[in-house]
Amino acid sequence: MRIKCPYCGERGNDEFSYLGDASVKRPDPSAADASDAFYAFAYERKNVAGPMQELWYHAAGCHAWLVVTRDTRTHEISDVKPAQDVALEQQKTASAP
Amino acid sequence: MTQSQSFRVAGLGLVDRAQPLDFTFDGVPYTGFAGDTLASALLANGVHLVGRSFKYHRPRGILTAGSEEPNALVELRSGARREPNTRATVTELYSGLDAKSQNRFPSLSLDLLSINGLLSPVFSAGFYYKTFMWPASFWEKLYEPMIRRAAGLGRAADAPDPDIYDKANAFCDVLVIGSGPAGLMAALTAARSGAKVILVDENFAFGGRLISDWRTIEGKSGSEWVNSVVTELASLPNVRLMPRTTVFGAYDTGTFGAVERVADHVAVPGPGQPRQTLWHIVAKQSIVAQGSMERPIVFGNNDRPGVMLASAVRSYINRFGVAPGRTAVVFSNNDEAANTIDDLVRAGVTVAALVDTRPMLPPAIKAKARKHGIRVFEGAAVTDAVGGQRVSGARIAAAYGSINNIVCDLIAVSGGFNPNLQVTTHLGGRPQWQESLAAFVPGTLPKGMSVAGAANGSFSLAACLREGARAGANAAAAGGFNNGSASAPAVEDELTEVSAFWHVDGAKHKAFVDQQNDVTAADVRLAEREGFRSVEHLKRYTTLGMATDQGKTSNVNGLAMMAELTKKSIPATGTTAARPPYVPVSLGVLAGEHRGKHFKPTRLTPSHDWAKEQGAVFIEAGLWLRAQYFPKPGEADWLTTVNREVKTVRSAVGVCDVSTLGKIEVHGTDARKFLDRVYINMMSTLGVGKCRYGMMLREDGIAMDDGTAARFADDRYFITTTTVNAIKVLQHLELCRQWHWPDLDVQLFPVSDQWAQYSVAGPRARDLLAKIVDKPFDISNTAFPYMACAEITALGGIKARIYRLSFSGELAFEIAVPARHGDLLMRKLMSEGKEFGAIPYGTEALGVMRIEKGHVGGSELNGTTTAADLGLGKMASTKKDFVGRVLAQRPGLADPDRPRLIGFRPVDRTARLRGGAHFIGKDDQPIAKNDQGYMTSVTYSPMLGHWVGLGFLARAEARIGEILSAVDPVRGETTLVEVVSSAFYDPEGARLRV
Repeated sequence: MRIKCPYCGERGNDEFSYLGDASVKRPDPSAADASDAFYAFAYERKNVAGPMQELWYHAAGCHAWLVVTRDTRTHEISDVKPAQDVALEQQKTASAP
Repeated sequence: MTQSQSFRVAGLGLVDRAQPLDFTFDGVPYTGFAGDTLASALLANGVHLVGRSFKYHRPRGILTAGSEEPNALVELRSGARREPNTRATVTELYSGLDAKSQNRFPSLSLDLLSINGLLSPVFSAGFYYKTFMWPASFWEKLYEPMIRRAAGLGRAADAPDPDIYDKANAFCDVLVIGSGPAGLMAALTAARSGAKVILVDENFAFGGRLISDWRTIEGKSGSEWVNSVVTELASLPNVRLMPRTTVFGAYDTGTFGAVERVADHVAVPGPGQPRQTLWHIVAKQSIVAQGSMERPIVFGNNDRPGVMLASAVRSYINRFGVAPGRTAVVFSNNDEAANTIDDLVRAGVTVAALVDTRPMLPPAIKAKARKHGIRVFEGAAVTDAVGGQRVSGARIAAAYGSINNIVCDLIAVSGGFNPNLQVTTHLGGRPQWQESLAAFVPGTLPKGMSVAGAANGSFSLAACLREGARAGANAAAAGGFNNGSASAPAVEDELTEVSAFWHVDGAKHKAFVDQQNDVTAADVRLAEREGFRSVEHLKRYTTLGMATDQGKTSNVNGLAMMAELTKKSIPATGTTAARPPYVPVSLGVLAGEHRGKHFKPTRLTPSHDWAKEQGAVFIEAGLWLRAQYFPKPGEADWLTTVNREVKTVRSAVGVCDVSTLGKIEVHGTDARKFLDRVYINMMSTLGVGKCRYGMMLREDGIAMDDGTAARFADDRYFITTTTVNAIKVLQHLELCRQWHWPDLDVQLFPVSDQWAQYSVAGPRARDLLAKIVDKPFDISNTAFPYMACAEITALGGIKARIYRLSFSGELAFEIAVPARHGDLLMRKLMSEGKEFGAIPYGTEALGVMRIEKGHVGGSELNGTTTAADLGLGKMASTKKDFVGRVLAQRPGLADPDRPRLIGFRPVDRTARLRGGAHFIGKDDQPIAKNDQGYMTSVTYSPMLGHWVGLGFLARAEARIGEILSAVDPVRGETTLVEVVSSAFYDPEGARLRV
């Protein structure tokens, strides 16, 4: 499998290390339900059959965390974005009125 | 005695008769020619019997001329290079080749274990499951050794492989797999358009069927046409030709795995030459042009030497100039029989009969047979081969039931052709059944892949050339190369009709479906009767298709027979998807250089050479080699050395290389905020010029790593990690920075390799360092107290950093210089330290001193312990959130009764402690129920004069003074221990603040 790193170009997957589902975000630690939310964040994952957003780390490259959209049935990668850009975008959306 | 090549046919074949090559088979010397395979050279010498079968030890010969061979498996070479199960049909002949038959006892022609054939009811499908059920104790002692001796194939070499294997990467616009007519046209068309092309073929000669069949293209013979195309391809700078290279697997995103047999065709690889190379080929477009494989028809004794696929017969005649017999019977269900007859006649082989399962042969074929005086049996079948170690005749059931015995020594059989579509299924594509071809053809293809020629079910030469050209042009166009013309040379049309026919009823003898695994037609019937009817059950119950040939010549026949038995269609019965590897791949080439010492890189610190000069003993820590201890002449054992090192550090001064620690610069206006969130304790309150010990948790609340943070400016921290976690911690911090808190202004720079760092510890440490650091820097206790840090220069202007940190509990400093000065600094510390009695000390003494001080190490930070377990619960700040805080509060982790870190000493002070021992109440049974904790670190303390240990014990703090049993069931030792404070030495810490 090859992943097109936005900074380094297309590279073999042996340069990357995998973390998993990018749809789970670190919850608000001050929320009332923080305990349950963190439990879900640490342990609960969906077993997606189809396109899935995943976190990959370009360990043998630029050290960027990436949000990779990969179809788990075909391994086809349709999108790769720097995780920091995605996270900033999410913050912006969340704080928008 | 050299055998004459009496089956070599004058005037035929592409072998180089000017280059004879000597070889031996089972010790008998023979001669072949350059361009032969081992199989063709054996056949040229009339050798057909080459091995014994897996289960029944039946005599076996050469069925094919390619990589699908199930029978002709030999042990190639000897000694450390002995390679079992090597297919004689793809082994390129070289001078001095030495091969042996396999699985025979005591000899190939007299095999005592062939009695297994008589015991065959025992060895039928599912025999393992039924026969060797009980008593269970018989399995290991009797059944398994017996089966292993009787069944099985060759023997692996029992010495390390002396050869080297390499790995390489290649990139192209168009990868063409297979160099038959379709592949050559595809490569040529794509290459002429300017695309970067790689053409691979598993054979050592390009051309595929064009050099194996009697063909004419544009007035040239097949091989002449191949030569002209290959010459043009070789002249193009955008083409890479890779013969002897098998694509064994298709992987995601256009990646292919291939093995190039660089030096398999010589006795011993040249100096520095790899035996094989593993290629990762990344192709924007790929064209599968791997042709097809003929399938046999299943009949009685169809495994006898002398039964051969018709296409293989043609290969041996046309490519190798070898007649595989003197008198042949051709048994077929398709029009290729016409070519087989032509080739046999041309080679001077008498064709005794043409047996075709079809009721009506095409008139052209009948006329051809009549012309050559060949008896024709229409609507007939060969029920059995006659003969023991070699075919001596064929028993033919004619259309109306009469039986005819015809004398022959060769049965050329063809049951039609299966496209070689394995590579198209590696990514999950399912082949589709095509009734008109009686074969599976490729189904859905991976992105960027196309199939051309026989691999696509287009069997005629004209179609192969046409499809190849089109596929080549399309693939090039997909990459933006549009100037290729897709025209293909015209050739005459041919007959390619086939009528499905799988197996012969009325065979008198065993009829083999899978010859490599000895699966018979009766086994398939048995599987059906016993309910193993799906193709997946059939496979596992009978082992059909599970041999190293992956059922290339057997899967479709087995499937079709099951379909007939269950009265279902073939597609309803199943398909034959394949997994990589397409052919067996040696473990050596998959490992490449990554074996033994080179399995992973070895990292050396900047002053490694110096330590080596001192005679240091090294130990692996992560990827690093660290000095474990520095023995002096006359020291009896490592313990003597380590005791001396500890005592010297605690009384004078010692220097320890700590360069391997993970080191990360944390910069930015939010660096303090960031560190507060990743450490359990506060780092924002750390003053500039100060250091602090810190602990990080995983998000699940378990301790991840510990280290120190030093602050050099408001927005500039420097943190360390443990040696083995350096990479993991950086990855974690990057995730926190980029993903959890993307808005923080913070940057991380891994600088582990940039700094050589040394711990200088002991009462004279300051005296020594005063001679190292440049003036006017003042390292007095008042100017530079415990936990201070500074950026300075040392050794006359070398940039340096100094930290007042101590792991040993002594007055200690860590001094760091750019890595290139590490060796110099170490040498200077030693020469300047001579007057203070300075010594180097290793990780062992470091470990002893940290246990004496009750500091945690890797054995305590073992992935199951919390900060509270480690006695560091109070460090956790309650004023802020940090990674792991929320989940560390879960009841199970926050349970005050969880085992906590505490110290232990033996009641009998001369007794030795053992790491891993479990604590049991001293009057309790040593059983799991009574387990109260375990010992993690032990050492002999030279300062206290007895062993001390750290461990985890339930309700530890309240139990100081209690006596427990430390039970070590592994070594069978039980020691009485006393629970004590973990601060064994200098509990007040008076020694480090001076």
